Amino acid sequence: MLEQVIVQQLRRIVGIQNFRDDRESLVVHSYDGTPMLQSLPDGVIYPESTQQVSDIMKVLAAHRIPVVSRGSGSNLCGGTVPIQGGVVMVMHRMNTILEVDQENLTATVQPGIITAEFISHIESIGLFYPPDPSSMRISTIGGNIAECSGGLRGLKYGTTKDYVIGLEAVLANGDIMRTGGKLMKDVAGYDLTKLLVGSEGTLAIITEATLKLIPPPKSKKTMLAMYKDLYGAARTVSRIIESKIIPATLEFMDNPTIRVVDDFAKLGLPRDMEAILLIEQDGDSEAVERDMERIQEICKLEMADLVEIAESREEAEKLLTARRSAFTALARLRPTTILEDATVPRSKIAEMVLRINEIARKYNVMIATFGHAGDGNLHPTAATDARNLDEVHRVEQAFEEIFEAAIELGGTITGEHGVGMVKAPYLEWKIGKPGIAMMRGIKHAFDPHNLLNPGKIFAKETRKRVVITRG
Amino acid sequence: MANANQPTFPSKPNVKLSNPTAQKLHLKLDYDQLTNCMRCGFCLPACPTFRETGLEQESPRGRIALMKAVVDGIMEPDQPFQDQMSHCLGCRACEPACPADVKYGQLIEQARDAIEEHAEHSIPVNGLRKVLLKEMFPHQGRMKWLGRSLAFYQKSGLRKVAKGTGMMRLFPKHLREMEQILPSATGKGVVERMGTVYPAKGEAIARVALFRGCIMDVLFADTNVNTVKLLSEAGFEVVIPDEQVCCGALHAHSGELDSAKALARTNLSVFKEAGVDYIVSNAGGCGALLVEYDHLLHEDNEYHSLAKWFAPRVMDISKLLIDHGRLPAFADSSASTEDPITITYQDSCHLRNVMKSASAPRQLMRQVANVQFVEMKEADRCCGSAGIYNVTQPKMAGEILEHKMEHANRTDARYLLSSNPGCLLQMKLGVAKHGDSSRMEVMHIVDFLYERLLETK
Repeated sequence: MLEQVIVQQLRRIVGIQNFRDDRESLVVHSYDGTPMLQSLPDGVIYPESTQQVSDIMKVLAAHRIPVVSRGSGSNLCGGTVPIQGGVVMVMHRMNTILEVDQENLTATVQPGIITAEFISHIESIGLFYPPDPSSMRISTIGGNIAECSGGLRGLKYGTTKDYVIGLEAVLANGDIMRTGGKLMKDVAGYDLTKLLVGSEGTLAIITEATLKLIPPPKSKKTMLAMYKDLYGAARTVSRIIESKIIPATLEFMDNPTIRVVDDFAKLGLPRDMEAILLIEQDGDSEAVERDMERIQEICKLEMADLVEIAESREEAEKLLTARRSAFTALARLRPTTILEDATVPRSKIAEMVLRINEIARKYNVMIATFGHAGDGNLHPTAATDARNLDEVHRVEQAFEEIFEAAIELGGTITGEHGVGMVKAPYLEWKIGKPGIAMMRGIKHAFDPHNLLNPGKIFAKETRKRVVITRG
Repeated sequence: MANANQPTFPSKPNVKLSNPTAQKLHLKLDYDQLTNCMRCGFCLPACPTFRETGLEQESPRGRIALMKAVVDGIMEPDQPFQDQMSHCLGCRACEPACPADVKYGQLIEQARDAIEEHAEHSIPVNGLRKVLLKEMFPHQGRMKWLGRSLAFYQKSGLRKVAKGTGMMRLFPKHLREMEQILPSATGKGVVERMGTVYPAKGEAIARVALFRGCIMDVLFADTNVNTVKLLSEAGFEVVIPDEQVCCGALHAHSGELDSAKALARTNLSVFKEAGVDYIVSNAGGCGALLVEYDHLLHEDNEYHSLAKWFAPRVMDISKLLIDHGRLPAFADSSASTEDPITITYQDSCHLRNVMKSASAPRQLMRQVANVQFVEMKEADRCCGSAGIYNVTQPKMAGEILEHKMEHANRTDARYLLSSNPGCLLQMKLGVAKHGDSSRMEVMHIVDFLYERLLETK
């Protein structure tokens, strides 16, 4: 509970309606898209301008009250669960596209705009913003920046960090800082823009972003290749890249995923296949044709059992159905779905998938793996039931081993979901003690009183998974 | 997969709840469904009340979290909680958007059912609920009486008197507005006008029963008549069992599940007796409950098997015509190929999200010669009618309708078609308030099609 004096100060800034501390509001801001996490805040605030955010921060800083800034709360790392209470700051009201600059090919937006709405506006004026996280229909650009979201197009086009070139952010003490600009070159000091991208709301509150846009590709082609041999699929991925082709999409599904998808979508997929690759190339139509032919040759060379190229957009949609159904099919299997994002160098994909399957067997849990093969970003997904504590414990042990395996293979504990609460205990495995010390130093420089999204990224103890059982 | 089939853990939390409404919610809410929600948020953009307010508690994810919090003992089902459960339109647009297939519609009905047992409504709302749900809709005879009375009121000059004396001012504004757009009511329903059996034109493809609907048969009796004639033209023999009663949808959505079940049992017996291949509905709201009778009665040993026979045989008229009918030719004689008239369509949420018939009506509209079908932006979004929502939650319904009409007006359509009486009334209200009644006419798709039948009339 916040003191009434503080509540009044906050209400004076945003208006009575835009600060809420009724039980209902607290409950519905106690969770995000991450399974099994819940913690109630003390209040929820909805600012409508940078100035309001700044004024709010001054009040909260003076009283040392934690703040969790968030968009739609769809992240998968517990990034916006208010684990230490305080105020949840919802950015939905700051949702304007301030400018699209066609001369400089940039867009300037407020953080609360929904990613898909932004993309559809950008595409309607003939431009292209590539980062496309699967949650884009509800995620916000601000949330994407905080988590440095990836998506299916990451391999060829990069992720959110490659498109954020300027930011306005409110610091812990309420100061307003501007970084970068409509500039493709800018080396004026440390790159604070890039530092804030992926900082998970722990360094500052983003209030405006300038994004880079590019011209859209002129044409696109889609292909599906199926393999009885997992290594054949993995070698295909490596060889495509070796041949100096960077496909727009290079997606992967393993055998458990294929079976679940086939049960769900009744696509008649061959259930004895060990892997399916979904490959798309875009660009000038001649180049696309040439690349797709070459990719097809590689698939055959690597003993693909079946290669299908879509001749029309409808056929392409059909080929895309299997991969698109993966998450839905897995989500319907059991009540609780835990979607992780262990990532390895792309040359290690086959090995990683086999390790995951082995680990799932060892702990007697259901884990299916799909993901972005081109950038080595896999989504081992566990289907379980939060109420079955014994099984949930085994799932956690399995994921712990999966993180270990990823790091052993030169990979990372998270490719695109972020550290948040869920991966905090494992961060040191990836970056070591000096890495943690350096990151803590940065955090301290930005937020000396630890008010911005406290309890995230840095764990009290390494290697012990944090699970709050109340949810 | 360990323990996948034999759970060895408690399926509901073992908490002591002192609040009687909380206990009821604990008892009635399906905890498996509450657990199935993984809080991904994919339902948020599909939800009209979330879009209107931007508030998490006004979203399906938020409402499910609130229900779960009550069952988990984290919060009391206080008045704001209960209000939130009534804010939901029940359009169920969140269900197709849900990766985990959470049965949100069932959850909200269970919540309302639990709340209803201890509910204290304001006097006008309570009076209205009681009169409509308990005394009117279940009784076709009284509905006919209502139709006759309403017709008398509308035609006798009493309406003018009411307006002239300012008597109407005693009613809230939104009810006055609704009164003005009500179509001419009748006490003579489809059976009185056509009998209980109507032959197929040509060789019969199938024998179908018309579900006439209680509101349809009073306010849209012509549409029911046209439905029967259109079915006959397309090769169906039509029976209209006179003993059929209200489907129970408005009861189920308002937390009166026991009344809904009683109505369902009557209908099941009546339609089984009729010996038909399909049960045809021309109202998405009714059809959606009819196709879920098997779920509604899943704990009813006596009627469940009958409900399982019944549910898959329920079909919306558009889908029946497209899938099984001998489609006659349609054309608009007032227009030409070069200069077609423009039409647009507002989905009935329950037809689209529950009966899953979004494409059949569009296929039909595209078949009419000299007519150009223009898709309205966000046609798949609720218009705010939502059963009796526009009566009980006028503010939210009004805001949703205003946005709806912005999109409708942009189509510049001569006719705005829909497939459900509630939607038709709401859209008529929308055109009257935010559009131009002289340029846009709201019509049931069946009436539009029947009037454009070629030759055979």
